[in-house]
This record gives sequence, C-alpha cells and structure tokens, in this order.
Amino acid sequence: MAKVERPLSPHLQIYRWYPTMAISIAHRVTGVGLALGLLLLTWWLVALASGPEAFATVYRVTTSWLGGFVLFIYTYVVLHHLVSGVRFLAMDVGWGYDIELARKVALGVPAVAAALTVITWIALLLAR
Amino acid sequence: MSLRTPIARVRGLGSAREGVHHWTWQRITAIANVPLVLWFVIGAVGRTGGGYEAYQAWLSSPLSATLMILLVVSVFYHARLGVQVVIEDYVHHEGLKVAALLALTLATFLLGGLCVVAVLMVALGSS
Repeated sequence: MAKVERPLSPHLQIYRWYPTMAISIAHRVTGVGLALGLLLLTWWLVALASGPEAFATVYRVTTSWLGGFVLFIYTYVVLHHLVSGVRFLAMDVGWGYDIELARKVALGVPAVAAALTVITWIALLLAR
Repeated sequence: MSLRTPIARVRGLGSAREGVHHWTWQRITAIANVPLVLWFVIGAVGRTGGGYEAYQAWLSSPLSATLMILLVVSVFYHARLGVQVVIEDYVHHEGLKVAALLALTLATFLLGGLCVVAVLMVALGSS
C-alpha cells in the first residue's frame, strides 16, 4: 500500500512551553546524550584494563581544561536525568500530579541538578 | 474466545503483549541506577588526580568490582530500553526501524560486554 503524504499539524511552534513539558523532553534528550556517553565510559574502562600506558592518554585528556569542562557538563547531564527520573518514579506511584505542585517540582529539577553538580565538583576540587 | 479476526492474527496486528515487561524493567534498572550511579560519580570524581594507581586500586576490591559490573549491566540495559523507545517513536520507515533496533541491541551488548570484561581484567589481573 502506497504511503500517503499527510500534512503534519504544527505543534512545537504553536503550543506554549510549560515546565512539565520541558522537563519531560529534557529527560529524553539527557537520556539519549547519556546513552552516547556510555561510549566514553567504555573507552575509560578499557583503557584502565589495558594498563598504565593506555590509561595515561585517557588521563591526560580527562584532566585537561576541555576534558574537565566536558566532564562537568556530563556530571550535570547525569544528575539532571537522575533528578527528573526520580520525579517520574514518584509520579509512577501517584505522587505529584497536583497542577501547581507538578509545575513547581518541574522547575526545581534543573535547580537541584545544578546544585548537586556544583557540590560534587567543589568537593572534588577540595579533595585534590 | 479470541476477538481477533484470522487476517489480524496472520498479520500479527494488535498488542505485542510484552509492553509491561519493558516498562517494569525500565523502572527496576532506574531504581538500581540511582545508588550505583551516585556511588560511581562520587568515587570517580573523588579520585581525579590519583591517576592510574588510584583507579586500579579502587576497582580491584571485590565490592567495587561487583558494584561496577552491576552498574554497567543496569545502565546499559536501562539505556537500551530507553533508546529503543526513542527509535520506535521517531523512525517511521519499518525496515530502518528494525535495523536501528537491531544495531542498538548489538551495540549495547558489545559495549556492555567490553566494560564487564575490562572491570574483570582490572580486578583479577595485575595489568
């Protein structure tokens, strides 16, 4: 059967963005980003298993300024996905559907994730 | 008594009957991921500056090696379930969708397998 081309109703340009909608899309985007980031995790682990010489390259890259910046962003992406994920788990058991509460919690997700990221990295710099 | 018409049965239309399994495991791996990812982020970020020795020593202990392997399995399974949904949502060409889902499965098994073997090599070997 031939595929009939049907017009797509505009949505992203029309609907007003709500915090809950934004957090849901961000959860998906961070998820895909993290899935791609698993390549980096694999690279790191394989280098560690390959001995000090192989790990030296990884070490040099991750402790450079650019590497550190990427890791900082990556930490935020992990924590954002984790915090919004916990929100979704809570909603799975029925908590947080009140409209105003849902809006406030959705706005709180990036704030909590950013705070946790900063705390983790400050602790890192202090421990060095 | 099944309400499906014979043609529907032949075409394989209707529910795949496995949807909840996917949903349940997405949640199980999500819950397992929370402590495991936090453990890993704190452990990894806390050891920067320690170099090869610090990380090798860390993952050599039986507990750390086990947690790392559990993290790898849980995270790769969770990622596979998640990306599977994304592919199903956005790829409309049937052949391309099947190919993408297959590639996803093979990739997660390959990379996940690599990670597990790497952790075992660090923990068991002297490298």
